[in-house]
Amino acid sequence: MSQTVLNCGYVPLVDCAPLVIAKELGFAGEEGLALNLVRQPSWSALRDMLALGHLDVAQMLSPMPVAMSIGLGGLPARVDTLMVLSVNGTVFGVSNDVALDIGAVPFGDAKALLSALSTRKGTALRVGVPFHYSMHRLLLSLWTSNAPDLQIEEITVPPPRMADAVADGFVDAFWVGEPWGSVAVGQDVAQLMMTGKDVWQFAPEKVLAARHDWVEGNGDAAAQLMRAVYKASAWLDAKKNTPLAVEILARSEHLSMSPDLIDPALSGDIVTKRNTAPTPVGRFLQFHKHAATFPWRSQAAWIASQLGADAVGIEKAKACFRADLYRQNLAGIGADMPGASEKEEGALHFETAVASSRGHMILSPDAFFDGRTYDFS
Amino acid sequence: MNQDLRILVVEPDPERVRAIFDALKDAGWSDVKALGHMSALDRTVKEFAPDIVLIDLANPDRDTLEHISHATETSKRAVALFVDETDDILTQAALSAGVSAYVVDGLKMDRIKSVLETAIARFKIMRQIQSELDAAKQALEDRKTIDRAKGILMRRRGFSEDDAYNLLRKTAMSQNRKVIHVAHALVTAAELLS
Repeated sequence: MSQTVLNCGYVPLVDCAPLVIAKELGFAGEEGLALNLVRQPSWSALRDMLALGHLDVAQMLSPMPVAMSIGLGGLPARVDTLMVLSVNGTVFGVSNDVALDIGAVPFGDAKALLSALSTRKGTALRVGVPFHYSMHRLLLSLWTSNAPDLQIEEITVPPPRMADAVADGFVDAFWVGEPWGSVAVGQDVAQLMMTGKDVWQFAPEKVLAARHDWVEGNGDAAAQLMRAVYKASAWLDAKKNTPLAVEILARSEHLSMSPDLIDPALSGDIVTKRNTAPTPVGRFLQFHKHAATFPWRSQAAWIASQLGADAVGIEKAKACFRADLYRQNLAGIGADMPGASEKEEGALHFETAVASSRGHMILSPDAFFDGRTYDFS
Repeated sequence: MNQDLRILVVEPDPERVRAIFDALKDAGWSDVKALGHMSALDRTVKEFAPDIVLIDLANPDRDTLEHISHATETSKRAVALFVDETDDILTQAALSAGVSAYVVDGLKMDRIKSVLETAIARFKIMRQIQSELDAAKQALEDRKTIDRAKGILMRRRGFSEDDAYNLLRKTAMSQNRKVIHVAHALVTAAELLS
């Protein structure tokens, strides 16, 4: 049987797990796909390779397809989000000096941390983020918009260099995806103060993306890939599979790093400061449950609005989150579907049952730390 | 000559920098500066104000450079990748050679073209040297693994070197795999059992 070969770009971070598992545990193979995972050195390189046709599909930061589709950034192109690959999974940390300055702040208290940082004397806080069009940067902007006195300077630093950037005094703080927060803690140069979830409880972090014209012309391959990734995300969600997932990701051909650094993200046991016991963080990184893979059009609209898009841009953004394809391609394998493709972002403070194709499904809380809500319908 | 064009080359390897510098100089460009480390990128871009930045596609600092381009962007300033994505041939050539360029200020296409063509030619050569080097390194690594596997068979089963190699080869053929993969499996298994 001949297999369809798909070139899939990714950046080696813990949340590339659904792609690695889809390949390694045969979910892609069962669908007749040979998934060729192509590691990329930077998000700009990955974006260019996708836009210029050297990659068929790619893992992307959730704001990337939105930014490209509405014409922002270096290389505009119509790019679709087929599904969400992961929700949450990022950490905010500060250098040991800043930690000393601001004194004790309870881990995960976004408001307390903000006021502690606001009272800090001196120059603007230099915060490292991995990419301009990243959820990290959007959350940082949203969070600090609540403290007009706090001066922030955003600096783009490749995640593998984040710990060094802190050690060299190049940045005072950072917002980064795992394992790079744990790496900085492991090197004893920084302390973690909160996770992305403490600012927005249900932030789409990475997405599976492809060029719009590729999706239109390769409907079968797109469907096969989506089913494979969906099954991989379900597998990853089962607690009993975490040790094997850690072991597979640690291998040299994937993340090529110590399992100790990969474990925190997948287990949710986050070491916030060197030589201290881990803090268990519920829903630290979500792959499957609570419709985590569903590309809510309202998420795209939220991203576009944070990027300063007008009404036309927001409509374009909604169109690039392909909830329609998700329904069409995953209904057949029993994936539960929410009744609507948009929701009021930020309205859920607790786990909430909503209407779905199989009766009802439970959605995760999605509230923002400042209580704001966003309705784009 | 077009010597008024300021070019910044972002590249940590001094050897490569020299190669690029020479090529650009031969082509008539001499206002060239090199930068190896990210932490000076911000300041250098502001102070040197390059018209064009050349950077290896594989360099992770590209994301940082993009951000600086965003931040310094004034309304009319063109910030383009590989010059201009509408020039497909040049873009594809740049991409396959592994060079990406940022036009920091609005410039005429024909002037950038010659800088980029020079750089692409040089990057292609460097890329080829690199891949030959990688292949040679890999071959050496494989050799070592196969030698270790042969050693294990010679010790455990009293084989001669030729017999050990023949067994590896026969096993590889019957399993439709490469000799190196069989050798790898044997070495790993021996480590686990020792």
